[in-house]
Amino acid sequence: MLQLAGIRKSFGKIEVLKGVDLEVRAGEVHALLGENGAGKSTLMKILCGIIKPSEGRVLIEGTERTFANYNEAIAAGIGIVFQEFSLIPYLDAVDNMFLAREIRGRFRMLNRKAMLQRAGELMRQLAVDVPLDVPVHRLSVAQQQFVEIAKALSLDARILVLDEPTATLTPPEVEHLFKVMLELRRQGVAIVFISHHLEEIFQICDRVTVLRDGELINSCAVSEVDKDRLVEMMVGRRIENNFPPKPPLNPAAPIVIDVEEVQLRRGGPVSRFSLRRGEILGFAGLVGSGRTETVLAMLGAYPAVRCKVSVDGIAKRFSGPDEALEQGIGLLPESRKDEGLITSFSILQNISLNNYRKYQKNIWFIDLNKERDCTGKAMERVRVKAQGPDARVDTLSGGNQQKVVIARWLNHEMRVLIFDEPTRGIDVGVKSEIYSLMRELADKGCSIIMISSELPEVIGLSDRVCVFRSGGIVATVEGALVNSETIMTHATTGRL
Amino acid sequence: MLQETKITRAPTAIGSGTVRLGLEYVLRSPLALPLIGLIVVSVLMGLASDNFFTLNNIMNVLRQVSIVGILAIGMTFVILTGGIDLSVGAVMALVGTLSAGMMVHAGVSAPLGLAIGLIVGVSIGLINGTLVAWGKMPSIIVTLATMGMARGLGLIYSGGYPISGIPSWLSWFGVGRVGVVPVPVIIMLVSYAVAWVLLQRTAFGRHVYALGGNELAARLSGVKTQRVKLAVYGISGLTAALAAIILVGRLMSGQPNAGVGFELDAIAAVVLGGTAIVGGRGLILGTLIGAVLLGILNNGLNLMGINPYLQDVIKGSIILLTIYIGREWR
Repeated sequence: MLQLAGIRKSFGKIEVLKGVDLEVRAGEVHALLGENGAGKSTLMKILCGIIKPSEGRVLIEGTERTFANYNEAIAAGIGIVFQEFSLIPYLDAVDNMFLAREIRGRFRMLNRKAMLQRAGELMRQLAVDVPLDVPVHRLSVAQQQFVEIAKALSLDARILVLDEPTATLTPPEVEHLFKVMLELRRQGVAIVFISHHLEEIFQICDRVTVLRDGELINSCAVSEVDKDRLVEMMVGRRIENNFPPKPPLNPAAPIVIDVEEVQLRRGGPVSRFSLRRGEILGFAGLVGSGRTETVLAMLGAYPAVRCKVSVDGIAKRFSGPDEALEQGIGLLPESRKDEGLITSFSILQNISLNNYRKYQKNIWFIDLNKERDCTGKAMERVRVKAQGPDARVDTLSGGNQQKVVIARWLNHEMRVLIFDEPTRGIDVGVKSEIYSLMRELADKGCSIIMISSELPEVIGLSDRVCVFRSGGIVATVEGALVNSETIMTHATTGRL
Repeated sequence: MLQETKITRAPTAIGSGTVRLGLEYVLRSPLALPLIGLIVVSVLMGLASDNFFTLNNIMNVLRQVSIVGILAIGMTFVILTGGIDLSVGAVMALVGTLSAGMMVHAGVSAPLGLAIGLIVGVSIGLINGTLVAWGKMPSIIVTLATMGMARGLGLIYSGGYPISGIPSWLSWFGVGRVGVVPVPVIIMLVSYAVAWVLLQRTAFGRHVYALGGNELAARLSGVKTQRVKLAVYGISGLTAALAAIILVGRLMSGQPNAGVGFELDAIAAVVLGGTAIVGGRGLILGTLIGAVLLGILNNGLNLMGINPYLQDVIKGSIILLTIYIGREWR
């Protein structure tokens, strides 16, 4: 039905797909597995024409096809339901399904009746009951997903890609989705199913393909493998040695922050964790497992259901990052460009942004010379490579931008720093510089929480690791248990 | 391994707190376009009318500019944070009628009357700020509503009629002179100087720019974004009240119908001055240039005896043209 052969793709110097093959047969559910960044999403985007492969061929029913864009892929019978839905929230299911392909009647007016009828047929084909005349934002996530699937089917999709469809569903909804998938399989649709929940793979899939670091690791029938084998295929055995040595754990170190309980969603899991002085605590888990939300909740920047925090044993309730800053707690956010930097500012202005108290004179005014001095020192300490402190940050490389964000916090005397994906999009050399810097800070008594989707980094750097899954911490490991198999197993399988 | 970063000697569009001169610097600064516009329009007006470049006329233009020029200061603060304040014209009218009414009907002394006016202006600004920052409502809606309310309150208080009979020395604020310079012009220039210091030399000023540049990043790094918002609307209320004092001095009365549409002139001055309407970039000096540019257009077109209806069309066209040329500049 569908064949991808020798697909390669590079973004700049980084090769994200290194010759991947994928074969999906009609009437099968095919699991695509891999860690964050293994290349699954890129491969699917190539399949549906959103990005072009550097090399390789796409064959559908034996004939080679090249898609210039998404629309051509749709015309060839490929449907994809992304993790982030592409529905218009205030339109109803019918309008969404026929968006830009409306059925028209006399005088080019909409023929709502015909569309309603066709939509009803599709929903019956899926054996689901979704209200068709309600704005889709009022539907449940599962119902929205069914609308997406119906939309794909209305385009006569023979190949359906479901990108982590179960991540946001409740167990009964997952069961319902699986029924729909089985029905589609019976009708001969080829389904590519991306999921991080290994149990689901064994429950619903016929065959599985595992990617790791852009390479095809294995493609086989699900009955030939078990969970442990899949985890091993996903994480592999990688040698990483560019991390600074870890000092021995000091269980006597005082607890700086104790999060007694945090619950992100109503009915969701309740987690607790504590951060000791001078340690690096890793937050591992899949994208969307609640790592970032948990730290934001701690700082008062995310509306959690419950969140009890104490700093040095005293209960605190932060209303936002500004109050956390006063306690010496700083956040280096996930997306430098959207959450970290003021891109229209110079390096100097970005670094001094939250620290004007340091160079105030006469209560109100900024001491420009002192500001320049301090900024220069902070830039030197993290070795920002730039024309000078007045260069605009949007002219810097990703690594240097990250260094500017780090410099902003080194400019303070911080007790706790939270690094959210500190090395995303940064090249190897700068990565190890950042690792050394983090360890150096920890050695000086600063406590660090590091959220990272890169397992080697979590393992190489963290003294202890909290593993997240579905909105809460499922395990906290230390010592020899900080290894990829243990963490990956906790992150993907087991009791919730 | 790392690429050499691009040379960026061009000034950032937010100022660095230092004053630099030099042709190249000026040409690459965001002030270049407003300045060029100012020069071109001045030269054209000078050619069209012999009276344009007389000291008397220049002072006259600046005096006419002063009210919108002062309103535009507060507007610059608000727009820099990414907001907008439509209430300033109506607030100015309300403050004017209230101050005059206090003096004439309530028998309050003139300085106290002016002080009450200033307090009312700032208070309305702070209400706007509270609704935007903590009420999390869009500024355009909040200030549209308070614009209507302020206008209505002014009309109710005055019964719709101007309130005259205020102490005659108050005209000093409107038509007085120090040497050759009109008092309103002095008030305006001093206000601009204060605004420049606030924006370029204080932490508050940087936070104003940061908010417009990337509110989320500013908040996550610990900037008290809500207080900054409160403050900018407060400043806008204050400048509206200052403008009201000049207006009262010039008209020698409190006029409940004054200042209709002035908020739009103020916005035009800010945007003509090179400030991005989405916030984050712009210089207070640009706003001054923009306000003067608008004033010269008004004055010049009057001197040329052009039909007032046609004047509006010409002004609108020039604003569009300037913004169009300026798209790539910033």
